[in-house]
Amino acid sequence: MTATEPAGFLPPELIRLAVTSLIVMGFVFFNSILLGYLERKLAGWFQRRPGPMEVGPQGLLQLIVDGVKLVGKQIIIPREAAKPLFLLAPLLAFMPVGIAFIVVPFSNRLQVRDLDVGLLFIVAIMSFNVMAILIAGWGSNNKYSLFGAIRAVAQNIAYEIPMLLSLLAVVLMANTLSMRGLVLAQGRLWNMIVQPVAFLIYFIAGLAETHRAPFDLPEAESELTAGFHTEFSGMAFSFFFLAEYTHMFFVASIAVVVFLGGWSGPPLPWIDYTGIVWFMLKVYALLFIMIWIRWTYPRVRFDQLLNFCWQYLIPFALVNLLVTAVVVKL
Amino acid sequence: MREYFSLLYTGAKSLLVGLGVTFRALLQPVVTVQYPRQRIDITPNFRGHTELVRDPETGSHRCIVCMMCEKDCPSGCITVKGETREGVKGKVLTAYQLDFTKCSLCGACVEVCPTSALCYSREYALAGFTAGEFRYDLLARLEETG
Repeated sequence: MTATEPAGFLPPELIRLAVTSLIVMGFVFFNSILLGYLERKLAGWFQRRPGPMEVGPQGLLQLIVDGVKLVGKQIIIPREAAKPLFLLAPLLAFMPVGIAFIVVPFSNRLQVRDLDVGLLFIVAIMSFNVMAILIAGWGSNNKYSLFGAIRAVAQNIAYEIPMLLSLLAVVLMANTLSMRGLVLAQGRLWNMIVQPVAFLIYFIAGLAETHRAPFDLPEAESELTAGFHTEFSGMAFSFFFLAEYTHMFFVASIAVVVFLGGWSGPPLPWIDYTGIVWFMLKVYALLFIMIWIRWTYPRVRFDQLLNFCWQYLIPFALVNLLVTAVVVKL
Repeated sequence: MREYFSLLYTGAKSLLVGLGVTFRALLQPVVTVQYPRQRIDITPNFRGHTELVRDPETGSHRCIVCMMCEKDCPSGCITVKGETREGVKGKVLTAYQLDFTKCSLCGACVEVCPTSALCYSREYALAGFTAGEFRYDLLARLEETG
Protein backbone atom coordinates (compact mmCIF):
# COMPACT_ATOMS: atom_id res chain seq x y z
CA MET A 1 0.00 0.00 0.00
CA THR A 2 1.32 3.41 -0.87
CA ALA A 3 0.02 6.63 0.55
CA THR A 4 -0.95 8.03 -2.88
CA GLU A 5 -3.45 5.26 -3.58
CA PRO A 6 -7.05 6.50 -3.27
CA ALA A 7 -8.41 5.61 0.15
CA GLY A 8 -11.72 3.79 0.49
CA PHE A 9 -14.15 4.19 3.34
CA LEU A 10 -11.43 3.30 5.79
CA PRO A 11 -7.83 3.62 4.65
CA PRO A 12 -6.07 0.24 5.10
CA GLU A 13 -3.28 2.00 6.93
CA LEU A 14 -5.77 3.05 9.61
CA ILE A 15 -7.16 -0.48 9.95
CA ARG A 16 -3.64 -1.81 10.23
CA LEU A 17 -2.88 0.77 12.92
CA ALA A 18 -6.01 -0.08 14.90
CA VAL A 19 -5.55 -3.84 14.67
CA THR A 20 -1.87 -3.81 15.56
CA SER A 21 -2.31 -1.44 18.49
CA LEU A 22 -5.12 -3.63 19.80
CA ILE A 23 -2.94 -6.75 19.54
CA VAL A 24 0.03 -4.95 21.07
CA MET A 25 -1.97 -3.65 24.04
CA GLY A 26 -3.52 -7.06 24.57
CA PHE A 27 -0.11 -8.66 24.45
CA VAL A 28 1.38 -6.11 26.89
CA PHE A 29 -1.20 -7.03 29.51
CA PHE A 30 -1.03 -10.76 28.77
CA ASN A 31 2.77 -10.77 28.93
CA SER A 32 2.84 -8.88 32.23
CA ILE A 33 0.30 -11.21 33.79
CA LEU A 34 2.14 -14.28 32.52
CA LEU A 35 5.54 -13.01 33.65
CA GLY A 36 4.19 -11.91 37.01
CA TYR A 37 2.74 -15.36 37.54
CA LEU A 38 5.91 -17.10 36.33
CA GLU A 39 8.04 -14.89 38.55
CA ARG A 40 6.08 -15.75 41.67
CA LYS A 41 5.73 -19.41 40.81
CA LEU A 42 9.42 -19.81 39.95
CA ALA A 43 10.45 -17.80 43.01
CA GLY A 44 8.52 -20.36 45.01
CA TRP A 45 10.07 -23.36 43.27
CA PHE A 46 13.58 -21.97 43.59
CA GLN A 47 12.97 -21.83 47.36
CA ARG A 48 11.09 -25.16 47.42
CA ARG A 49 7.77 -23.42 48.08
CA PRO A 50 4.66 -23.94 45.94
CA GLY A 51 4.14 -20.23 45.10
CA PRO A 52 0.60 -18.88 44.59
CA MET A 53 -1.89 -21.72 45.13
CA GLU A 54 -5.18 -20.29 46.35
CA VAL A 55 -6.83 -18.40 43.47
CA GLY A 56 -7.71 -20.76 40.64
CA PRO A 57 -6.00 -24.07 39.91
CA GLN A 58 -2.33 -23.73 40.91
CA GLY A 59 -2.96 -20.03 41.58
CA LEU A 60 -3.38 -19.32 37.84
CA LEU A 61 -5.89 -16.52 38.38
CA GLN A 62 -3.84 -14.78 41.10
CA LEU A 63 -2.35 -12.10 38.85
CA ILE A 64 -5.71 -11.36 37.18
CA VAL A 65 -7.27 -10.84 40.61
CA ASP A 66 -4.30 -8.66 41.60
CA GLY A 67 -4.81 -6.61 38.45
CA VAL A 68 -8.50 -6.08 39.19
CA LYS A 69 -7.61 -5.01 42.72
CA LEU A 70 -5.06 -2.49 41.45
CA VAL A 71 -7.50 -1.02 38.93
CA GLY A 72 -10.08 -0.58 41.68
CA LYS A 73 -7.72 1.24 44.03
CA GLN A 74 -7.56 4.96 44.56
CA ILE A 75 -4.59 6.93 43.23
CA ILE A 76 -3.32 8.87 46.23
CA ILE A 77 -1.33 12.01 45.44
CA PRO A 78 0.88 13.21 48.30
CA ARG A 79 0.03 16.74 49.47
CA GLU A 80 3.35 18.38 48.61
CA ALA A 81 3.96 16.38 45.44
CA ALA A 82 4.28 18.05 42.06
CA LYS A 83 0.90 16.92 40.80
CA PRO A 84 1.37 17.23 37.01
CA LEU A 85 4.72 15.45 37.13
CA PHE A 86 3.40 12.84 39.53
CA LEU A 87 0.59 11.96 37.12
CA LEU A 88 2.77 12.25 34.02
CA ALA A 89 5.40 9.77 35.22
CA PRO A 90 3.37 6.53 35.00
CA LEU A 91 2.06 7.50 31.58
CA LEU A 92 5.56 8.29 30.40
CA ALA A 93 6.72 4.92 31.69
CA PHE A 94 3.92 3.17 29.84
CA MET A 95 4.14 5.14 26.58
CA PRO A 96 7.33 3.57 25.11
CA VAL A 97 5.93 0.12 25.82
CA GLY A 98 3.41 0.42 23.01
CA ILE A 99 5.71 2.23 20.60
CA ALA A 100 8.70 -0.09 20.83
CA PHE A 101 6.60 -3.06 19.68
CA ILE A 102 6.50 -1.48 16.20
CA VAL A 103 9.88 -2.89 15.23
CA VAL A 104 9.89 -6.26 17.05
CA PRO A 105 10.01 -8.94 14.32
CA PHE A 106 7.97 -11.80 15.75
CA SER A 107 8.33 -13.69 12.52
CA ASN A 108 9.43 -13.02 8.94
CA ARG A 109 6.10 -11.37 8.18
CA LEU A 110 4.75 -10.61 11.64
CA GLN A 111 6.13 -7.17 12.24
CA VAL A 112 4.27 -3.90 12.49
CA ARG A 113 6.90 -1.90 10.60
CA ASP A 114 10.44 -2.75 9.60
CA LEU A 115 12.25 0.53 10.15
CA ASP A 116 15.73 1.03 8.70
CA VAL A 117 16.89 2.20 12.12
CA GLY A 118 14.88 -0.42 14.02
CA LEU A 119 17.52 -1.33 16.57
CA LEU A 120 18.37 2.29 17.29
CA PHE A 121 14.65 3.07 17.53
CA ILE A 122 13.84 0.38 20.07
CA VAL A 123 16.88 1.17 22.24
CA ALA A 124 16.08 4.89 22.13
CA ILE A 125 12.42 4.35 23.00
CA MET A 126 13.33 1.99 25.83
CA SER A 127 15.63 4.55 27.41
CA PHE A 128 12.61 6.82 27.87
CA ASN A 129 11.82 4.66 30.87
CA VAL A 130 14.60 6.25 32.92
CA MET A 131 13.11 9.66 32.23
CA ALA A 132 9.80 8.43 33.66
CA ILE A 133 11.59 7.13 36.73
CA LEU A 134 13.39 10.43 37.26
CA ILE A 135 10.12 12.36 36.98
CA ALA A 136 8.38 9.90 39.30
CA GLY A 137 11.12 10.24 41.90
CA TRP A 138 11.29 14.00 41.63
CA GLY A 139 7.54 14.55 41.59
CA SER A 140 6.80 12.37 44.60
CA ASN A 141 8.40 14.73 47.12
CA ASN A 142 9.75 11.73 49.00
CA LYS A 143 13.39 11.19 49.83
CA TYR A 144 13.27 7.47 49.07
CA SER A 145 11.70 8.11 45.68
CA LEU A 146 14.32 10.71 44.86
CA PHE A 147 17.19 8.46 45.94
CA GLY A 148 15.76 5.65 43.85
CA ALA A 149 15.41 7.90 40.84
CA ILE A 150 18.97 9.24 41.16
CA ARG A 151 20.31 5.71 41.40
CA ALA A 152 18.28 4.67 38.36
CA VAL A 153 19.71 7.52 36.29
CA ALA A 154 23.31 6.82 37.29
CA GLN A 155 22.83 3.12 36.63
CA ASN A 156 21.16 3.57 33.25
CA ILE A 157 23.75 6.05 32.01
CA ALA A 158 26.53 3.65 32.98
CA TYR A 159 24.97 0.50 31.57
CA GLU A 160 23.65 1.98 28.34
CA ILE A 161 27.24 2.32 27.13
CA PRO A 162 28.30 -1.36 27.22
CA MET A 163 24.86 -2.36 25.95
CA LEU A 164 25.16 -0.15 22.88
CA LEU A 165 28.81 -1.04 22.32
CA SER A 166 28.03 -4.75 22.34
CA LEU A 167 25.11 -4.26 19.95
CA LEU A 168 27.34 -2.10 17.74
CA ALA A 169 29.78 -4.98 17.30
CA VAL A 170 26.98 -7.07 15.78
CA VAL A 171 25.74 -4.15 13.68
CA LEU A 172 29.24 -3.81 12.21
CA MET A 173 29.05 -7.44 11.07
CA ALA A 174 25.47 -7.37 9.79
CA ASN A 175 25.84 -3.92 8.23
CA THR A 176 22.24 -3.03 9.02
CA LEU A 177 20.17 -1.53 11.84
CA SER A 178 16.86 -3.02 10.72
CA MET A 179 15.58 -5.66 13.13
CA ARG A 180 14.50 -7.94 10.30
CA GLY A 181 17.81 -7.41 8.54
CA LEU A 182 19.71 -8.38 11.68
CA VAL A 183 17.87 -11.69 11.86
CA LEU A 184 18.34 -12.44 8.16
CA ALA A 185 22.06 -11.57 8.36
CA GLN A 186 22.71 -14.36 10.85
CA GLY A 187 21.99 -17.40 8.69
CA ARG A 188 22.81 -20.75 10.24
CA LEU A 189 25.40 -19.59 12.77
CA TRP A 190 23.82 -17.46 15.46
CA ASN A 191 25.63 -14.36 16.65
CA MET A 192 25.70 -15.82 20.14
CA ILE A 193 28.40 -18.20 18.91
CA VAL A 194 30.18 -15.65 16.72
CA GLN A 195 30.02 -12.91 19.37
CA PRO A 196 29.84 -14.62 22.79
CA VAL A 197 31.44 -11.71 24.64
CA ALA A 198 29.03 -9.21 23.14
CA PHE A 199 26.10 -11.45 24.03
CA LEU A 200 27.22 -11.78 27.64
CA ILE A 201 27.85 -8.06 28.00
CA TYR A 202 24.51 -7.24 26.39
CA PHE A 203 22.65 -9.61 28.68
CA ILE A 204 24.27 -8.28 31.87
CA ALA A 205 23.74 -4.68 30.81
CA GLY A 206 20.16 -5.54 29.85
CA LEU A 207 19.52 -6.89 33.31
CA ALA A 208 20.81 -3.65 34.77
CA GLU A 209 18.72 -1.63 32.31
CA THR A 210 15.53 -3.31 33.52
CA HIS A 211 16.51 -2.68 37.15
CA ARG A 212 16.17 -6.31 38.06
CA ALA A 213 17.99 -8.10 40.83
CA PRO A 214 20.94 -8.17 41.39
CA PHE A 215 20.86 -4.63 39.93
CA ASP A 216 17.57 -3.52 41.51
CA LEU A 217 19.04 -0.58 43.39
CA PRO A 218 16.42 1.97 42.28
CA GLU A 219 13.77 0.01 44.17
CA ALA A 220 15.89 -1.67 46.85
CA GLU A 221 13.20 -2.60 49.38
CA SER A 222 15.42 -2.84 52.43
CA GLU A 223 16.94 0.60 51.88
CA LEU A 224 14.40 2.65 49.96
CA THR A 225 10.99 1.09 50.76
CA ALA A 226 9.99 0.77 47.10
CA GLY A 227 12.31 3.36 45.55
CA PHE A 228 10.87 5.57 42.85
CA HIS A 229 7.35 4.08 43.01
CA THR A 230 6.97 4.36 46.80
CA GLU A 231 4.16 6.91 46.56
CA PHE A 232 2.28 5.35 43.66
CA SER A 233 -0.85 3.31 44.14
CA GLY A 234 -3.60 1.79 42.05
CA MET A 235 -3.40 2.12 38.27
CA ALA A 236 -0.41 4.49 38.48
CA PHE A 237 1.56 1.73 40.17
CA SER A 238 0.35 -0.89 37.70
CA PHE A 239 1.64 1.23 34.81
CA PHE A 240 5.13 0.96 36.31
CA PHE A 241 4.59 -2.76 36.81
CA LEU A 242 3.45 -3.24 33.20
CA ALA A 243 6.33 -1.11 31.95
CA GLU A 244 8.88 -3.11 33.91
CA TYR A 245 7.71 -6.48 32.64
CA THR A 246 7.34 -5.27 29.07
CA HIS A 247 10.81 -3.78 29.35
CA MET A 248 12.08 -7.23 30.27
CA PHE A 249 10.34 -8.59 27.20
CA PHE A 250 12.08 -6.01 24.98
CA VAL A 251 15.51 -6.70 26.45
CA ALA A 252 14.98 -10.41 25.82
CA SER A 253 13.57 -9.89 22.33
CA ILE A 254 16.49 -7.64 21.29
CA ALA A 255 18.82 -10.39 22.54
CA VAL A 256 16.88 -12.94 20.48
CA VAL A 257 16.88 -10.78 17.35
CA VAL A 258 20.51 -9.73 17.54
CA PHE A 259 22.17 -12.81 19.03
CA LEU A 260 19.85 -15.83 18.88
CA GLY A 261 18.66 -15.88 15.29
CA GLY A 262 15.24 -14.29 15.82
CA TRP A 263 12.44 -16.47 14.46
CA SER A 264 14.74 -19.04 12.83
CA GLY A 265 14.48 -22.62 14.02
CA PRO A 266 13.49 -26.08 12.80
CA PRO A 267 11.01 -25.59 9.93
CA LEU A 268 7.28 -25.46 10.67
CA PRO A 269 4.44 -25.13 8.15
CA TRP A 270 3.88 -21.47 7.08
CA ILE A 271 7.25 -20.56 8.61
CA ASP A 272 6.75 -16.92 7.59
CA TYR A 273 4.12 -16.69 10.31
CA THR A 274 4.76 -19.63 12.63
CA GLY A 275 8.32 -18.44 13.25
CA ILE A 276 6.68 -16.63 16.14
CA VAL A 277 6.72 -19.97 18.02
CA TRP A 278 10.52 -20.14 17.95
CA PHE A 279 10.81 -16.43 18.65
CA MET A 280 8.59 -16.67 21.74
CA LEU A 281 10.32 -19.84 22.94
CA LYS A 282 13.70 -18.11 22.81
CA VAL A 283 12.38 -14.94 24.44
CA TYR A 284 10.76 -16.81 27.31
CA ALA A 285 13.86 -18.97 27.77
CA LEU A 286 15.87 -15.78 28.26
CA LEU A 287 13.19 -14.40 30.58
CA PHE A 288 13.42 -17.61 32.58
CA ILE A 289 17.17 -17.03 32.96
CA MET A 290 16.47 -13.47 34.11
CA ILE A 291 14.07 -14.76 36.77
CA TRP A 292 16.54 -17.48 37.71
CA ILE A 293 19.27 -14.87 38.19
CA ARG A 294 16.97 -12.69 40.28
CA TRP A 295 16.24 -15.50 42.73
CA THR A 296 19.90 -16.53 42.97
CA TYR A 297 21.98 -13.42 43.61
CA PRO A 298 21.82 -10.85 46.38
CA ARG A 299 21.72 -7.18 45.44
CA VAL A 300 25.07 -5.55 44.63
CA ARG A 301 26.30 -2.45 46.42
CA PHE A 302 26.12 0.79 44.46
CA ASP A 303 29.91 1.19 44.13
CA GLN A 304 30.19 -2.44 43.04
CA LEU A 305 27.52 -1.82 40.44
CA LEU A 306 29.30 1.14 38.88
CA ASN A 307 32.80 -0.35 39.27
CA PHE A 308 31.69 -3.50 37.49
CA CYS A 309 30.37 -1.48 34.59
CA TRP A 310 33.27 0.95 34.17
CA GLN A 311 36.08 -1.49 35.00
CA TYR A 312 34.88 -4.63 33.26
CA LEU A 313 31.93 -4.25 30.91
CA ILE A 314 32.99 -1.09 29.08
CA PRO A 315 36.66 -2.08 28.49
CA PHE A 316 35.64 -5.54 27.36
CA ALA A 317 32.94 -4.14 25.09
CA LEU A 318 35.44 -1.68 23.58
CA VAL A 319 38.05 -4.37 22.95
CA ASN A 320 35.36 -6.60 21.47
CA LEU A 321 34.22 -3.79 19.18
CA LEU A 322 37.80 -3.07 18.10
CA VAL A 323 38.52 -6.73 17.32
CA THR A 324 35.24 -7.02 15.42
CA ALA A 325 35.99 -3.89 13.40
CA VAL A 326 39.45 -5.18 12.46
CA VAL A 327 38.15 -8.65 11.53
CA VAL A 328 35.29 -7.19 9.47
CA LYS A 329 37.72 -4.88 7.62
CA LEU A 330 40.05 -7.79 6.81
CA MET B 1 46.56 -6.55 35.98
CA ARG B 2 46.76 -10.12 37.18
CA GLU B 3 44.42 -9.32 40.06
CA TYR B 4 41.98 -7.80 37.57
CA PHE B 5 41.63 -11.03 35.62
CA SER B 6 41.73 -13.38 38.61
CA LEU B 7 38.87 -11.40 40.18
CA LEU B 8 36.92 -11.81 36.95
CA TYR B 9 37.60 -15.56 36.91
CA THR B 10 36.74 -16.25 40.56
CA GLY B 11 33.72 -13.96 40.39
CA ALA B 12 32.29 -15.60 37.28
CA LYS B 13 32.94 -19.05 38.70
CA SER B 14 31.18 -18.32 41.99
CA LEU B 15 28.22 -16.85 40.10
CA LEU B 16 27.87 -20.04 38.05
CA VAL B 17 28.10 -22.17 41.20
CA GLY B 18 25.29 -20.07 42.70
CA LEU B 19 23.10 -20.60 39.64
CA GLY B 20 23.74 -24.33 39.98
CA VAL B 21 22.61 -24.33 43.60
CA THR B 22 19.30 -22.63 42.83
CA PHE B 23 18.68 -24.79 39.77
CA ARG B 24 19.06 -27.95 41.85
CA ALA B 25 16.58 -26.49 44.34
CA LEU B 26 14.18 -25.88 41.43
CA LEU B 27 14.24 -29.57 40.50
CA GLN B 28 13.65 -30.80 44.03
CA PRO B 29 10.12 -31.34 45.35
CA VAL B 30 8.25 -28.62 47.23
CA VAL B 31 8.46 -29.00 51.01
CA THR B 32 5.65 -26.65 52.06
CA VAL B 33 2.70 -28.30 53.81
CA GLN B 34 -0.62 -26.83 52.62
CA TYR B 35 -1.86 -26.59 56.20
CA PRO B 36 -5.63 -26.74 56.40
CA ARG B 37 -5.81 -29.30 53.58
CA GLN B 38 -2.74 -31.24 54.58
CA ARG B 39 -1.49 -32.04 58.07
CA ILE B 40 1.64 -33.67 59.40
CA ASP B 41 2.19 -35.50 62.70
CA ILE B 42 3.07 -33.17 65.54
CA THR B 43 6.30 -33.70 67.45
CA PRO B 44 6.15 -35.85 70.63
CA ASN B 45 7.65 -32.89 72.52
CA PHE B 46 4.59 -30.77 71.82
CA ARG B 47 3.12 -29.15 74.95
CA GLY B 48 -0.60 -28.49 74.81
CA HIS B 49 -2.73 -27.89 77.88
CA THR B 50 -2.58 -30.64 80.51
CA GLU B 51 -4.79 -33.69 80.44
CA LEU B 52 -5.45 -36.40 83.04
CA VAL B 53 -3.74 -39.66 82.16
CA ARG B 54 -5.97 -42.70 81.85
CA ASP B 55 -4.46 -45.57 83.83
CA PRO B 56 -4.72 -48.70 81.66
CA GLU B 57 -5.12 -50.93 84.77
CA THR B 58 -8.01 -49.15 86.47
CA GLY B 59 -9.41 -47.43 83.41
CA SER B 60 -9.59 -44.22 85.40
CA HIS B 61 -7.29 -41.33 86.39
CA ARG B 62 -4.41 -41.62 88.86
CA CYS B 63 -5.01 -38.38 90.80
CA ILE B 64 -4.76 -38.70 94.61
CA VAL B 65 -5.84 -35.10 95.29
CA CYS B 66 -2.50 -34.21 96.93
CA MET B 67 -2.97 -30.58 95.68
CA MET B 68 0.70 -30.36 94.68
CA CYS B 69 -0.11 -29.12 91.17
CA GLU B 70 -2.47 -26.46 92.46
CA LYS B 71 0.15 -25.17 94.89
CA ASP B 72 3.00 -25.35 92.42
CA CYS B 73 1.22 -23.56 89.58
CA PRO B 74 2.86 -20.11 89.15
CA SER B 75 -0.19 -18.73 87.38
CA GLY B 76 -2.71 -20.15 89.82
CA CYS B 77 -4.79 -21.62 87.05
CA ILE B 78 -5.48 -25.05 88.55
CA THR B 79 -8.34 -25.80 90.96
CA VAL B 80 -8.47 -29.34 92.37
CA LYS B 81 -11.42 -30.49 94.45
CA GLY B 82 -11.70 -33.81 96.32
CA GLU B 83 -13.72 -35.47 99.06
CA THR B 84 -13.34 -38.38 101.46
CA ARG B 85 -15.73 -41.23 100.89
CA GLU B 86 -16.83 -44.22 102.96
CA GLY B 87 -14.71 -47.29 102.34
CA VAL B 88 -12.24 -45.49 100.08
CA LYS B 89 -8.70 -44.86 101.23
CA GLY B 90 -7.51 -41.29 100.69
CA LYS B 91 -9.40 -38.59 98.84
CA VAL B 92 -11.47 -38.95 95.68
CA LEU B 93 -11.16 -36.35 92.90
CA THR B 94 -14.44 -34.59 92.22
CA ALA B 95 -13.27 -31.78 89.94
CA TYR B 96 -10.05 -30.75 88.19
CA GLN B 97 -10.41 -27.32 86.67
CA LEU B 98 -7.75 -25.81 84.43
CA ASP B 99 -8.05 -22.15 83.46
CA PHE B 100 -6.12 -22.30 80.19
CA THR B 101 -6.50 -18.55 79.64
CA LYS B 102 -3.93 -17.99 82.38
CA CYS B 103 -1.73 -21.07 81.84
CA SER B 104 1.84 -20.32 80.76
CA LEU B 105 2.53 -23.94 79.69
CA CYS B 106 5.49 -24.15 82.13
CA GLY B 107 4.76 -27.80 82.85
CA ALA B 108 5.46 -27.51 86.60
CA CYS B 109 2.23 -29.41 87.36
CA VAL B 110 3.29 -32.33 85.23
CA GLU B 111 6.78 -32.37 86.81
CA VAL B 112 5.54 -32.22 90.38
CA CYS B 113 2.79 -34.84 90.16
CA PRO B 114 3.83 -37.82 92.39
CA THR B 115 1.65 -40.32 90.52
CA SER B 116 2.29 -39.02 86.98
CA ALA B 117 -1.39 -38.35 86.60
CA LEU B 118 -0.94 -35.48 84.13
CA CYS B 119 0.22 -35.40 80.53
CA TYR B 120 0.18 -32.86 77.71
CA SER B 121 -2.70 -32.73 75.29
CA ARG B 122 -2.04 -33.13 71.54
CA GLU B 123 -4.50 -30.42 70.58
CA TYR B 124 -3.08 -27.38 68.79
CA ALA B 125 -5.89 -25.94 66.70
CA LEU B 126 -7.43 -23.96 69.55
CA ALA B 127 -9.75 -21.08 68.81
CA GLY B 128 -12.91 -19.86 70.49
CA PHE B 129 -15.31 -16.98 70.91
CA THR B 130 -15.41 -16.74 74.71
CA ALA B 131 -12.87 -17.11 77.50
CA GLY B 132 -15.13 -19.71 79.08
CA GLU B 133 -14.33 -22.15 76.30
CA PHE B 134 -10.78 -22.37 77.65
CA ARG B 135 -11.72 -23.17 81.26
CA TYR B 136 -11.43 -26.90 81.00
CA ASP B 137 -12.82 -29.47 83.39
CA LEU B 138 -10.22 -32.17 82.94
CA LEU B 139 -12.21 -34.80 84.83
CA ALA B 140 -15.19 -34.26 82.55
CA ARG B 141 -12.90 -34.41 79.51
CA LEU B 142 -11.49 -37.73 80.74
CA GLU B 143 -14.98 -39.13 81.17
CA GLU B 144 -16.04 -37.88 77.73
CA THR B 145 -13.18 -39.60 75.96
CA GLY B 146 -13.68 -42.76 78.01
